[in-house]
Amino acid sequence: MRWISVWRRNMLVWRKLFAAAVLTNLADPLIMLFGLGYGLGALLPSVEGMSYIAFFSAGQLCTATMFTASFESMFSGFSRMHGQKTWDAILYAPLVIDDIVAGEILWAASKAWLTGSTILGVVVVFGFASSPLVLLALPAAFLVGLAFAAVGLIMTVLARGWDFFSYYMTLFMTPMMMISGVFFPVERLPAPLVAVAQALPLYHGVELVRPLVAGRLPDSVPLHMAVLLGYAAVGYAAAIYFARRRFSE
Amino acid sequence: MSVLTARGLRKSYSGVEVVSGVKLDVARGECFGLLGPNGAGKTTTLRLCLGLIEPDAGEIELLGEPVPRRAREARARVGVVPQFDNLDPDFTVAENLVVFGRYFGMAAREIEARMPALLEFAGLAGRGAAKIATLSGGMKRRLILARALVNDPQILFMDEPTTGLDPQARHLIWERMRHLTQEGKTLVLTTHFMEEAERLCQRLAIMDRGRIIAEGSPRALIAEHIEPQVLEVHGPGYEAWMQRACSLAPRVERAGDTVFVYAQDVAPILKTLGGEKDLAYLHRRASLEDVFLKLTGRDLRD
Repeated sequence: MRWISVWRRNMLVWRKLFAAAVLTNLADPLIMLFGLGYGLGALLPSVEGMSYIAFFSAGQLCTATMFTASFESMFSGFSRMHGQKTWDAILYAPLVIDDIVAGEILWAASKAWLTGSTILGVVVVFGFASSPLVLLALPAAFLVGLAFAAVGLIMTVLARGWDFFSYYMTLFMTPMMMISGVFFPVERLPAPLVAVAQALPLYHGVELVRPLVAGRLPDSVPLHMAVLLGYAAVGYAAAIYFARRRFSE
Repeated sequence: MSVLTARGLRKSYSGVEVVSGVKLDVARGECFGLLGPNGAGKTTTLRLCLGLIEPDAGEIELLGEPVPRRAREARARVGVVPQFDNLDPDFTVAENLVVFGRYFGMAAREIEARMPALLEFAGLAGRGAAKIATLSGGMKRRLILARALVNDPQILFMDEPTTGLDPQARHLIWERMRHLTQEGKTLVLTTHFMEEAERLCQRLAIMDRGRIIAEGSPRALIAEHIEPQVLEVHGPGYEAWMQRACSLAPRVERAGDTVFVYAQDVAPILKTLGGEKDLAYLHRRASLEDVFLKLTGRDLRD
């Protein structure tokens, strides 16, 4: 439980910079949700039995959660580790690098969860979802946050500079967003791309959240949870491995 | 009684040995200095002692705990003042102390109770709400010192604690450090300021190329390694004069355009300067710096 002091440190900074944090984490995805949702939605008939904006809101909830987790663990994490040398200072105390990695991942997941739940609030307030089942999207959003926080932190502890993150975002996150059923049903894609999407975490987040927004229980819940938890666990272990290596230099 | 011992410490980075068999013994309540040119292995030695990196060979015991195996337990009673500022820029002075205290598992109430004394000690009384960006270099250093004291450590590791400070700020830090040793705390510092080492340290070790090449009190090191008197001479025609000086003194060195003459008694050599109107000179007692330069050489280290 020593990681909690690292988590609390980051939470305290977030509280101080609350306005800016909320603006960047929420305004962007919400503008996109309403812009694309209503704009594109006006041209489209219902998708999978939902209005386009309701369909898209489930994908957008997962995407925004993914982005918050990734930005926090990569850009903010790298700034703490590399720029401010905050990690070095923490290591003077009776904490080890594993505690810091755990604290960073759980913090980024918590912050991402807050983004996800706020978007969920918007989804409910605007009537895109009406079943109480949609509340189950809250734990699902936390799993999405956890998976991307952990994978993002691998990038952070491997990074030698800020440019490194553009590779991850351009080569991994953006294509994944396109094939994971965020904007349109995955069934529209050629089979090989579907297979790729199924191997990636975002798809499983969307598969969990969309049925809940539609008011029914998702299929294959254990599988989706296992994939998200798997990414989180492997990401955590790999981040610790590379962080130990980096800090033993 | 030893609070820090190290035996046969070795550490290599990609085939280059930066610490080659270091032995340390630091007694409770003393101020121990680790001196050396850049790249001598001082910081690596400190990091090894703190258990932040693992040695390739050797044994370390810090406050009775084997390091790195139980470094975490040892660090609970240790304070660290790093060479570079790593205060939390998003926090105020007081928040920096509270957040740092939490890393030691301290409750906020416990830290708040220590806060006035810590701020007072750091000369930052009434500045608890100040932002880090508004502090001067000296204030930041003092805050880092206060931060290192938040857990009331028994031993403090200070890596070049006054590098980059102006003389006023440096003297204040020195005064605080003496205060800490009077309270019974042990200080281990690295420095390449000879004046700092001479003023503060009861005992010091001179390190070069990963090895400790001399150890003792500042006075003993001077007495053991160098002639007590020094004459520094420079100016036009110093080369010709240097030829003469060589026959009169046991050791004559040249660094750039300055001649250093070391001797038990420089009076006979001073006489030869009487007729040399162009030469400027300085006659002084030998210092730790002379020992340092003799042992580590005058070549630049980058």
